This record gives sequence, C-alpha cells and structure tokens, in this order.
Amino acid sequence: MDKKTAVYICTGCGIGDALDIEQLKEEGTEDFTIDITRDHPFLCGQEGVDLIKQDIEGEGINTVIIAACSHRVNYDLFNFGQGVIVQRVNLREQVAWSQPAGEEDTQMLAEDNLRIGCSQAKDTELPEPFKAEEEYSKDILVVGGGLAGMTAALETARAGYQAILVEREDRLGGFLGKMKKLITLPYKEVSEPGAEELIKAIEDEPKVKVYTSSTVEKISGGPGLYTVEIKSNGNGVSERVGAVVQATGWVPYDANKLGHLGYGKFKDVVTNVEMEEMAASGKITRPSDGSDAKNVLFIQCAGSRDPEHLPYCSSACCLVSMKQAGYVKEQNPEAVNYILYKDVRTVGQAEDFYRKAQNDGNIFIRGEAANVGEEGGKLFVEADDELLGERVKIEDLDLVVLAVGMVPASKPDTTPRIKAPADAEDADEDGMIEVVPDSGFFANSALNLDYRQGPELPTLKYGFPDSHFICFPYETRRTGVYSAGCIRRPMETAKAIDDAVGAAMKAIQCTEATAEGKAVHPRAGDTTYPEFNMQRCTQCKRCTEECPFGAINEDEEANPLPNPTRCRRCGVCMGACPERIISFKNYSVGMIGNMIKSVHVPEEDEEKPRVLCLICENDALPAVDMAGIKRMKWSPYVRFIPMRCLGSMNLVWIADSLSRGIDGILLLGCRHGDDYQCHFIKGSELAETRLSKVSETLDRLALESERVKFVEVGITDYHKIPAIIDEFMETIDEVGPNPYKGW
Amino acid sequence: MADVQTTNQSILVVGGGMSGITAALEAAEAGYDVVLVEKNPYLGGRVTQLYQYFPKLCPPNCGLEINFRRMRQNPKIRFFTMAEVAGISGQEGDYDVTIKLSPRYVNEKCTCCGKCAEVCEVEIDNPFNYGMDKIKAAYLPHEFAFPMRYVLDPCLVGTDEGKKCLEACEYGAVDLDMEEATFDLRVGAIVWAAGWDPYDAAKVDYYGYGEYENVITNVMMERLASPNGPTEGKIVRPSDGKEVKNIAFIQCAGSRDENYLPYCSGICCLASLKQTTYVRELYPDCDVTVFFIDIRALDRLEDFYTKVQEDEKVTFIKSKIANITEDEDTGDLLLEGENTRTGEQILMNFDLVVLATGMVPNGIQVDGAPEVPCDEYGFLVNDPEKTGIYGVGCVRRPTDVASSVQDATAGALKAIQSIARR
Repeated sequence: MDKKTAVYICTGCGIGDALDIEQLKEEGTEDFTIDITRDHPFLCGQEGVDLIKQDIEGEGINTVIIAACSHRVNYDLFNFGQGVIVQRVNLREQVAWSQPAGEEDTQMLAEDNLRIGCSQAKDTELPEPFKAEEEYSKDILVVGGGLAGMTAALETARAGYQAILVEREDRLGGFLGKMKKLITLPYKEVSEPGAEELIKAIEDEPKVKVYTSSTVEKISGGPGLYTVEIKSNGNGVSERVGAVVQATGWVPYDANKLGHLGYGKFKDVVTNVEMEEMAASGKITRPSDGSDAKNVLFIQCAGSRDPEHLPYCSSACCLVSMKQAGYVKEQNPEAVNYILYKDVRTVGQAEDFYRKAQNDGNIFIRGEAANVGEEGGKLFVEADDELLGERVKIEDLDLVVLAVGMVPASKPDTTPRIKAPADAEDADEDGMIEVVPDSGFFANSALNLDYRQGPELPTLKYGFPDSHFICFPYETRRTGVYSAGCIRRPMETAKAIDDAVGAAMKAIQCTEATAEGKAVHPRAGDTTYPEFNMQRCTQCKRCTEECPFGAINEDEEANPLPNPTRCRRCGVCMGACPERIISFKNYSVGMIGNMIKSVHVPEEDEEKPRVLCLICENDALPAVDMAGIKRMKWSPYVRFIPMRCLGSMNLVWIADSLSRGIDGILLLGCRHGDDYQCHFIKGSELAETRLSKVSETLDRLALESERVKFVEVGITDYHKIPAIIDEFMETIDEVGPNPYKGW
Repeated sequence: MADVQTTNQSILVVGGGMSGITAALEAAEAGYDVVLVEKNPYLGGRVTQLYQYFPKLCPPNCGLEINFRRMRQNPKIRFFTMAEVAGISGQEGDYDVTIKLSPRYVNEKCTCCGKCAEVCEVEIDNPFNYGMDKIKAAYLPHEFAFPMRYVLDPCLVGTDEGKKCLEACEYGAVDLDMEEATFDLRVGAIVWAAGWDPYDAAKVDYYGYGEYENVITNVMMERLASPNGPTEGKIVRPSDGKEVKNIAFIQCAGSRDENYLPYCSGICCLASLKQTTYVRELYPDCDVTVFFIDIRALDRLEDFYTKVQEDEKVTFIKSKIANITEDEDTGDLLLEGENTRTGEQILMNFDLVVLATGMVPNGIQVDGAPEVPCDEYGFLVNDPEKTGIYGVGCVRRPTDVASSVQDATAGALKAIQSIARR
C-alpha cells in the first residue's frame, strides 16, 4: 500500500513536561517520510481522536503513529478501522513516568522510541488473511465413542455443526456402556448410566455420522482442511473435517502388576472394573465358587499414588468404590463393606455421597494394605490402621476389590524408540533413543496425523495429552486438535461431560476462525501468517523442527511445507531461520533489524551506552509498563523492542546490533523448564539456546560474552525490572564500550 | 452507555472473573455477539487477587493479560464494569435483561495519570486487599486493572475532598454528579458466572477469626504473599508486622461440616499446599504445620502434594482443630485438638494461623428472574429441561481454575445451542 503517514505526539500525562516536543518531532522523524506531525495535550480525548480522524478523512492518512501511552491502554480509541495501520510508541510508562524530566538522556530515549516506531510503521503492511484454495470444512471429527466422545459429538450437532464419530469397538458406549449405575452431580444417589439413551440420541441426530468398528488411519492437512482416512469394517472411507476432538479414554491399570495385593493369586481379588461388569451383568458373586459376596473389602489407590505404579491419583475411584459398596448392600442388606483408603477424595458436592456411604454403614479404614491372604476359603486383609495406630486383620472376606486407576489410552506399554539425532548423548549402539512423552512419536496410535513432528498429540509425563496451562486447558500442541475426558487427565463423569462440551466448543471455534483466516489462541484473531521465500531455503530443517505446533511438514526434497491453518503465529520459525526467509506482513527479520538500526548509537566519547532489550510482549512488556505506572526508575540507555515471543528472536539481530556498536543485549522472556510459562511452549528456552550459540559471533567480533544476557521475567515481576536493568548496566560499564561504535 | 444494540442472537455473560471472561471470549471467537457485565470496577475476578496458581506457581495475571488482549482485539465483545443484573424476563432465545451501572465518578476521559489520587487525602479500606490496608478514596483498583481507569469512592461525593479530585484532573474525567444508571439488553442466552465469596470465617467462632488478628483466611494469605499486596509480598503477622516463624494451616475451616458448609470446596487443600511454598520460599527457617482431614490432591496434582511432603519443615497432622485461643501479650495462638492418628492431645503454639475457608456460590439473586434450579447449598444446577440460563464455574460447583475454564468453555457452547435452537 502507498503509505501516507502521520505522527501524533501526546503531551499529556507528564510527557510534555518531560520532553522537548519540538525537538522530538524533528529528531524522532527526520530519517523517515512523515506527511504530518502534530502534538496534542490530550490525544485520547475526543478532540485528539477527532484530529486524527480528520487527517485520515481529509488528508488521506493511512498510517498513524501515536506517540503517547502504552499500547495496552486506549486501544479502542486509537482503532481507525482495518484500512489504517496504527503504530503505538510508548512515551509515557517507558519514558515520562520512568525517567527524570528535562534530561538529555530522557530526550534521546524518546527520540529513539519514536524512530523505532516510525521504522516499524514503515515496514508494516496490512495483513491479508490466509485463504486456502480448497473449500473449508466446519465439520468436527470425534475420535472415541465413550461418554466424552458421544457427548462431544452430540453437543456439536446441537450447536448446528456436523459431527463425525469414530469408534473402534462395534458399538458406542465405552466404559459407560459397561456400568450398572452412575454417580454424578448432584451426588445424592446413584442414577442410571444412560448409555442406551445417549446412543439413541446420537442415532436420532442427523448431524452425527457414526462409524463403529472403525479406526482413523490418517489425518492430513490442517484445521479447516483436514482429510481423514477412516478404516471402517475393513473398508476405506474418506471425510473432510475442520477440527478434531480426541476422546479415546482410558484403560484400567494392569492389576497383574499388583500381585502384592493378591491379584492373580486369589480368584476373589478383582478390580473395580471387573466388579462393575459383574454387577452390571447381574449378581455380585465370588469368582472362586459363584456364591454371593457378602463381606467385601475395597482397597483404594491400588497401584495409585504409588511411585512404583501410578504416581498420580485417578480422581474417580473413591466415588466408584462407594457406589459399588452400594451394589453389595442392595444385593444383601446384611452385607458388610470395608473401604481401606489413604485419603477420601470426594470433592465439591460429592462430599454428600461420602456422607451417605458412611451413613449406610460402610466401614472406612484409613490405612494401607500390607498383606492379602486366604484362610479357610475366605480372604483376609492385613492393614496398618492409621487411626488405631496398629496393624489390623480383616477376615472372612468374600471379595477384595482393587480400586485401580486410569491409564490414558495414549500411553504406550513400552516407550517407543526412534533413530537418535546426530548430537544425542543417550543413543544406544544401534543409534536409537527413547522417545520422550513430549513428542508426537510417543503416544499410542489414535489420530495418525500426517505431521512431520509425529502422528499423535505430545503428552505430559504420565502420557496424558493434556494442556500444560492452567488458564487455558484446551491449549494443545496441535492446533485444531483438542483432547477431552479421561484421555486428558483422570476425571469423574460430571467433569468428563463438561470437558467434552468444552472441547466441542473449541473445535467449532477453530473451524470458524480458520475459515476467516484468523489465528486461534493465544493470538486469536491475528490475520497475519508466515510467508516463506522458498528460493533462498537451504533445507536446514530448523523451522520444521522448532515449530512448537508441528505446523510445517516437509516435501521429498526436504523443503518446508507450511500449513498456515496449523500456525499459531508465534514466529518461532522466523527466529529459527538462518536465511531469514520467513516473514509476516507486520513482523519480520528485516523489520526488527531496521528498528534496531533506527536506534542512534552515540560515539564512544559521549559515554552514553546503548542496550537493546528484546522483550516478550505478553509478560515482560506489561511488567515494564507496570514498573512505569509505579513510577519506578531505570537506566535511560535501554531500548525495548517487543517480540511476539522470544522464540522469534533471530540471531542476526544480535550480530547486527553488536557490529553497529550497541553495547549490550538483554533478553527478557518467560520462565522455562518443567513449569514453563511460555504460551508458545519453548519460545523463551529456544531464545536462550540460540543465545548460547552466539558466542561464535562474539568471538569473531572479539567481544565479551557478558554483553548478551537472558533473564526470566514474569508479568508480576515488575518490581524487579529496575534491578535487572541496573545490574546489566553495571556489567556493561565493567566491560566498557563496544569498540564497533561509529563503524 | 445505554445504546447497546443486542438481539436475541446475543449472549449475556454475568461475571467477569476467569469463568465469565472465558465464556465470553470463547463464544465471541466463534463469531457470536457477547455482552459481559462485571460488578467490580475491573475484570479478572478472584484470580486477580491470587499471588500464584497451583501447581505451576505462575502468576494469574499472565493468563489474564492474554485474555484481555483477546478482548481488546475482538469487536464481538462489549463489557461493562460496575455493572449488575437488575432484572431478567423472558425465556430461552428471548430474554430482556436490565443492567444497573453503579457510578464510578470517573468517565472515559481518564488517562490514568493519577493526579486525583495524589491530591486526595481521604483513605478507605482497600477492598482488593480484603481491608488489610488503606487506599486513597480516589484509586486505581490494582496495577493490572483492566480497564485501566480510576474509581472514586462514593464517600467523596459532595465533599471538599471530592472537589479537590475534580479540580486536580486536567482531563475532565472526574464526574461527581454521575448517578446510577440502567439500560436494557435483549439476549438469546445467559451464562451466569458470578463466582464465589469466601465463606465468612467468623461464623466458625471457635477459631477466633475477626477477634484474633493473627488468624487470617486463605484468601488474605494470597494478598500477603503478593508483591502488590498490603505488605509488598512479605508474609508478616497482622498484629505486629513480625516475620513468621511457625505457621499453621487449618484445612476444612467450616467445610465438610454440617453446621457450616457441608460440602468440600475442592481447592483448599491445594491452595494451602501452595501457600506453604510461599512461606518456605520466603523464610527458609519457618516451620509449617498443616492440620487436615483428607488431603484432596486430585489427578496429577498429587505430584504437588508429594513435592510439599518432601519438605521436612512442613508437617502434616490429621486433626480437626477444636479451638484456638490467643495469648494477648504475644499475639501467639494456641491450637487445641486431637491428633486422630496417635490419639494424643494437641496443644501447639503458632504465630500465624491460616484458615482454609471454603467457597460460597453467588447464585442468581434477581427478583422475578426465571427459575434456575439450585441445590441446597445454592449451587446452580443445569437442568437439561430448563435451558437458556447456564451456570458455569464456581456457581455450579466449587472448583479450581482449570476446571472453571473447561466448564465456562462448555457453557459458551450451551449458550450457542440456545441461539441455534431459535
């Protein structure tokens, strides 16, 4: 577009008192083509906004640079519609409120900030949303026909969208279909499982297409454009869908590993799943002789909360055992149930059902099973009773039920091995290495995604393909693929239902956003996308490997094949690319490079160092704003440049900065490691890793490694910002000025 | 203000906490028109007052910032703060809702320059910090407030102090003549996400909350630990500002007790475990004792419990503490009870006691509103036969942030279904 650019400087909120505005107008814009430059004492007031609107209408201004407060405020006032580029320049929080008024250094900071903004506006183009050539689909594929899957499919249909439900077994229902009764909200009484009704509702719903005895053989493409190959009763079928819900559920923990609790040794030791099936099929009897079970002991956390077996809690087993104790009493009111537990975990209103189970005369014993044995044809359990403080022996038991936990269907029995990368340390003699859970090659086959980074959703450490984020539980590692129900984490019925409805919501939303060329979470609504200048690609594979979302495939010649609808717009690929061929319309290696170049670097004898601070725009940047709002002070020599994610940092910026005489580079990004906070997964970690490789550049330039530093900053760490900056400035003082100044 | 055009294709979300924000955004990002109303002068709800989330110990403002960013760029959402629902009539697909706006006494011209607060000398109890400190009566609710705009307390109206604030504002943003206003909305579905209030710990009279200064609640502890809290993140005793050396957490303070709250609030175990990490991080020598009935760390949250158990300065005692008395001279607290494991009597002194109090749901308290079923505790029940108004988050069940978000996302779809049924 032909740009007609205007700069508006607000002099309110102390900006006018801190700065020489006339000088700023001149110095800050002289390197650029600016058609109008104005200042106003209250730019965000009606008069100020009208001034801008008049220029847009009367003068044909289409690029507006607003040098005023942070972009985090007044975003709505300074929105002039889709055809107008708005560039914000921070003169308030980062200048007037955090620097002394009237000083030369404050003025220079403001001028640099304005230059950076002018440069950014110059290189910004209006985004053109991605539009695929093929037709978009808004249908939703649901894999797994248990409670969560059936719910997701039915709720999708009820919102007016087509669902395609694929179930491996010959009928829908999953574990729900095997249950005798259900315990769910409001947790007063057990209820009918309702599997038949749910199946019938699905059969009666024209917007749900069901494939039973079917598996997903391959999912190729991306959100809005997926092609699904289904093997149905031996035949191949193809469907086009827009998004996917994975609800492939769980399997019970293998009780054969619980020999110490008598499983496999005594016939009358059964699992909770076997107990449920027995109850559902009629009578609860002793498998050993078929006689009625009267005295029953439930061992809770059988293999759960146990580092040797399942370290986690399966959430549902407490309620399940109480429910099953009810079956025993229903069959024989004289029967006695013992529930041997570590902690009773009936959260929320489920406490009511615990109270009922206690009132019904079930005996709860807090302790751990030490031994399960048989005497005179009956079982006994020895346990360390915590409340009595001694070992008790409960005898004359007809049945012992092991409350075994849930293992996600995604978890492989043995960890798969793949060919190790060249630099791997743990490779075996054959050059193979164990796959980590956090990889698309770890989980059991369910989706068979045609993705270079593997066919399945990466999982957390226990094999659950859950989100790592507390605030965003549907934020998965594969755009448009959402997990729901017990595949994601162990949960009881009521939660599995909610979760399935939520996953359907996210899937629908993804198809709607994608069809408009918009990104989904967390940069929801972003209509830019990475464009590849393929002529210059060297097939180095960094972009395909580092994309946190597996968006980029590879062709036979190892050229990257971007799938824009899988993209979350973080720019990690752009940061990874050594050839700088990946760009967004409003974010590119060249653009940031030019912004850095727009910073004026004073000569060495002026004794005014310059530090570039590349900063995560979601967390560290608001923290800097907060520090400004709190009127904290810091060095005037730092120039902030916000990044979509630090993972988009390209090393060329570091090299260019240093060779221009910038004295130091500080990176402020999110915490990484096990509890990483980067919403693009590994952005800040990648930035730090890349930084460690910068030493080569530093060596080549004969510069000190201390000139470049990464610091983890959370959004609420604003009180630490001045100290972080001051400390770095001290280091820069110590190492002295960059000798490349003035080159 | 009142020219909000909505139709029976629009969705109203009541409550701008984590659940409400989520429901609103999820529906809006799928293309639906949403109006969000929040009672406080800022969005974010209870989570803005938390220091960190369990189990990652990450700041809630990080996720809120992403959500506010989503909101900033999405024209499908309009939101109102200091807004409450005053009336609802109609049925699924066609509700008329009256929204009441309380006066903020600061209009949209506010630039957040802070001049009004500079000149204001009147102080009020700081609601954001549960009254643990004072704040100017012209105030920004907190640093991360969204929208970022000041508020004037009604006590300034008609006073010289109020006039000072008015005159100090260079932008004409202070408006002491502002009055309560109402406007009407037409919507097709309503998501009720009004959240929860902490249970009034003073009702559990044998714990002395309200009487003994060094008995605080878990929500207050969050503020004490926060860098933007009343003590700038120092966990100290309210009575004398001393650093804490020996702290007790009492779980189920009023919860799982038919005399108070019969249900379990689901989050308090993890919240206290998390708070032990705040204390231990700050004071490497501080002893922590957790008195509990059951530790309810569901699913992989068990890992967090395991981690805290590994800290040898943290002791877990199974006991329901029966009584607390205060040493008037020192402000120390004597806890009495029985160790249910050993049967021994507990007589232990602590310098600070944190009560893990539960959640009380904010149900639909609107005269003449269509009936939405509730359980005996006031939690909303989503009856498949009575659709149109959907409870999400902690108005449905006491639950943690991730589950609230899942539920709110589900609630957005339910609301969309109500519109699709038209």
